Order: sequence, then structure tokens, then C-alpha cells
Amino acid sequence: MPVDMRTYLGHVELINPITTAAGCAASGSELSQFFDLGRIGALTTRSITMAPRAGRPTPRMAETPSGMLNAIGLQGPGVDAFLERELPWLDQRGVKTVVSIAGGTVAEYTALARRLTDAPGVSAVEVNLSCPNIEDRGRVFARDGAASAEVIASVRSVMRYDVPVVAKLSPDVMDIVSVARACVDAGADALSMINNPLGMSIDTEAMRPSLAAVTGGLSGPAIRPLAVRCVWQVHAALPSVPVIGMGGVLTGRDAFELILAGACVVAVGTALFHDPYACLRILRELEELLAARGFHRLADAVGLAHRPPGAATRHRTDLEESSL
Amino acid sequence: MLTTRRVDAYHALTVVAPGIAERFRPGHFVGVAVGGAQTSMLTRRAFSVHDVKPDYGGTVEFVFTVRGPGTAWLAERRARDTLDLVGPLGRPFPLPRDPVTCVLVGGEYGSATLFPVADALQQRGCRVDFVLGAISADRVFGALRARRMGETTTLTTEDGSVGMRGRVTDVLPGVIADVRADAVYACGPMPMLRGVTAVAVEFDIPVQVAVEEQMACGTGVCMTCVLPVIGDDGVTRMVRSCVEGPVFRGERVRFDDVGTIPFDALGAPGGGTRNAG
Repeated sequence: MPVDMRTYLGHVELINPITTAAGCAASGSELSQFFDLGRIGALTTRSITMAPRAGRPTPRMAETPSGMLNAIGLQGPGVDAFLERELPWLDQRGVKTVVSIAGGTVAEYTALARRLTDAPGVSAVEVNLSCPNIEDRGRVFARDGAASAEVIASVRSVMRYDVPVVAKLSPDVMDIVSVARACVDAGADALSMINNPLGMSIDTEAMRPSLAAVTGGLSGPAIRPLAVRCVWQVHAALPSVPVIGMGGVLTGRDAFELILAGACVVAVGTALFHDPYACLRILRELEELLAARGFHRLADAVGLAHRPPGAATRHRTDLEESSL
Repeated sequence: MLTTRRVDAYHALTVVAPGIAERFRPGHFVGVAVGGAQTSMLTRRAFSVHDVKPDYGGTVEFVFTVRGPGTAWLAERRARDTLDLVGPLGRPFPLPRDPVTCVLVGGEYGSATLFPVADALQQRGCRVDFVLGAISADRVFGALRARRMGETTTLTTEDGSVGMRGRVTDVLPGVIADVRADAVYACGPMPMLRGVTAVAVEFDIPVQVAVEEQMACGTGVCMTCVLPVIGDDGVTRMVRSCVEGPVFRGERVRFDDVGTIPFDALGAPGGGTRNAG
């Protein structure tokens, strides 16, 4: 029997829990030559900014053990070109689109949200909080619960009521649960975690930092345990809040791990650089894995690892149709 | 994978890949996963395709040199091993419609990608001349094949171990003048491409360059391999060498600004943002 893979992001139904991570699918068209984007639950765009951005100088990437460092600098076409070309392209193909937005001030996030309000084809908005706050000496929003909450409340207030607002959290914080709680209290409909923790590598031949930007975001399987821990802690504290889990998911087993920790949607990021077919492969592996363990619905596995020791797996036999 | 051979200082791998061979055009490259199924090296290595043959349904050969743990792993592969390839990737070389005279300039193993170009050009009745250069004789790739294919072949090495002592840009003006070249095709390290472009601009002939930028995905999603290129509208953009390239018109690439964000690029911090919208 096929497993029911449907999941919900807020009240938005997704046909399955696999999405792309922000900034790992460019405009979407690049991946569409490898697979039909309509077959994944949703596509998350790169972080859209008000003005076009050229990004950081090269080298922007350094490979590290089981991962990579990147400092792209949110290169993108700006919101005008995004609304004119990229979003309609996705909308025409019926791709569920989570639009990631990034800004330097609360006002910029709000203005971006306002631009998206009337745009057709926005299934959800993910707020990339890992941006320096120009009004607070470049302190990153995501590191401060109050600053994050301010952005989320403002975006939530201008966004259409039927478009969920997702807060993307950084693991580079003292207490991720308190930031998560602040975002939910400010009106976030869902949370996504984790954004890249900051790392650095030095080229020992040149004896200089490998990246032009010196530091960069670490991604890939190297950070998966960090992601599992963050999802686990947040789901334990806020079990009713939908969580998009991401961080080094390469296989269906990795996606299942995040689901067991409490994620109801799983984003695939760095794996797409290695294998452009990764999303569909992970989805297939996840479905096989759930079926092999006797699950009928994906929803039954979400957060299952939190059950007390000795408790049985939470199969909802009461919902199954009886033979009578 | 079919065969592996050493060519001077380089390694050449031939892989049975009918899907790639069928759609291949000169200038295309392949993205190769390294380290096997449980690899800790997640980024693909990009190699331009040296040769495509119809045997076994279609084979693809690429050339590389050992630069790190990824290419070292690749160099240890043997016949009948399996390789994970994505391709063909990138935009191929545009070819002239008329039978013109073309000079093909290759630095190090950048010349590998020029042989399919030479083939295609000769099929169109073009005259092909080669200029190949490297640091030393064992690093000049494909000299023999160039001598067989080209009307003339000029070699340069920086240590003088073969051909003329010096760089390809030292001999290029003479070659262009001698053969009355109509176009230049080049592939090699960035400083060489800059020099070749300068020479071609001097002679006022078109120059197509295939750049070698560090990539992670090769498919256009990671935004790693960008360089500043001037568009048809005169605006400089940070474009991806994997999907918008690797082949560019030489005079459009701002070689002096590679590795930086030029202040007048679209979306550059400060000045560039005035181009917003």
C-alpha cells in the first residue's frame, strides 16, 4: 500500500514533504531540465531582495569534509525581475512556491512582503533572518529573538492571511528555542531550520582564507547532527508548530531522521549540487523507508522519536477503515 | 568507464556515456562526482570534453590533472569502474557559417576542449591553426594531434623545452598575421585568456574563450562560478560560467575584474544598485 505522503505547511497542503532549500535551486528553471518540479512538495526560491544584488567576490565556495562553505552574498535579480519573470514561470507550471525574502531593515522585509502580497503563485513566505541588521550595527536578526520577532510581526501584518509566514532560524544562537518561541509569538505560522552555521577554512598553500569573504556558511552532512538537535529541541518545546527541517539531507534516511525529530517538511540543499535528481531520489527512498516500517501516513512519523521510552510506535489504527 | 591513460603530465579517462555523447557539442563539459557512493567530497569536478566517439553506443573522454584529493581519487580509477557523470553541461562554442580561418589557442590542458572544435570547424571547411603553450614540454597537451589536424601548429613553453620559449601570447600576433586569421578560439588559464583576448581585439577579429572557473554544481544552482561579463545591453553582470558560459566572447569578459565585484556591475554594493529595476 502506498504511503500517504501529504503534509501541511500551516494550512497549505503539499503533495509530499520534500522541498528545495533556499538558495539551492536558483530560479527553478535550472533544475526543471532534470525533473518535473511539480513532483516535489514545494520549491523554495533563493532569498529575494529589494534591489538586484551582485553578491560576493569569488572564490565563493570551499569544499570541506562532508560539506562546503559558501559566501554567495544573496546574488539575485531583485524583487522586480523576480515578480516579472521567475515567479510567473513557476506559477504557470503549477509549482508550489515558497518565496524566501531577505532584507537589511525591518522596513525592507515589510516592503518585500507587501510586494508579494498581490503576486499570484506565492504559497508561503520564508523569512531569511540570517541577514545583518543595518540599524543595529550589522547584528544578524536571527541571533536576537526580539529583532527576529519584530521582522516576523511586521511581515505577518502585511502578508495575506492565507499565505503562511515561515521564520528561518540560525543555529548560531545561544538558545534556539527562545528565538523560535519569539517568532511564533510574533505570528510565524511555521519555522524552518537550520540556516548555515558560520565557518571558515584557510588555504594552507596560499596561507590565506579560502573564501574572498573570509567566513562562509557551512552546509552538507557535516551539519546534519546540528540540524537534528535544533529540530528536536524546537519540536519538544513547540510541538504544534510545523517545522521545515534542513541541514545536510543526502538520502531518504536523512530526511526520515529530521521527520522523527519533528520536521513535517524536509528541505534538500547541498545535495542538489552533488546530484540534481536528489529531491526525487530522497522522496522515493523516504517513501520506501516509511512503507518498510509499516507507516501508512507520513504524518504518523513526524516527531515520533519524542515518544517516551517503552511506548509503542504511534500507529493510528483507530483511523483506519474497519472491514465491517 | 572504459579506459584510463596517462598523457604526459595529464590523465585521460574514457567513459561509456551514450546520453552525453549523443547531445555533445564542442565546448560542453561534464560534472564528475568523486570519492564513490559514501564520499565526503560533495562538489562535482568540472572537466571539458576532449573527445566523443560512437563506440559502445557513445563514449566521452575528458582530461585532468591531479590537484587535490578529488582528482587523485579519479586518477586511481581503472577500467570497468563506475563513474557518476552529469552532462553535457554549459553553452558550446558558436561556429562560423562560412569557411574561414581560425586560430585555436590552448594553454596547459585547456587545449583538450579545442580538438572537438577543430573537428567541427574542419567539417565546415574552415582552416585550423593551432597555438599551444604551457610551462614545460610535458604540460603541452595534444601537440601531436594538433600537428596532424592543423595547417600549422606553433608550440610555446616557458622553459623552452619544446617550441618557442615564451607564452602563447608572444607568438599569437605573428600567427594571426601569417595565416590571416578570421577568428580565435581559446581555452586555458584566466591570465592566458586575457592576453589572447587583448591580441584578438588588437587585430579586430572575434575571439571565443572557454573559461575555467571553480564550480560546485555545474548546473547553475550554486552561484559559485560567477565572473563579470558585459551583456548585450552594455550592463556588467555577475554571470555563471556553468550555464551562461563556459564559452564567452572574449571582449565581453572583464578579465581585470575577475575575483571582484566591479563597482558598476548590476547589483554591486553602493553604485551598482542605481541600476535597480
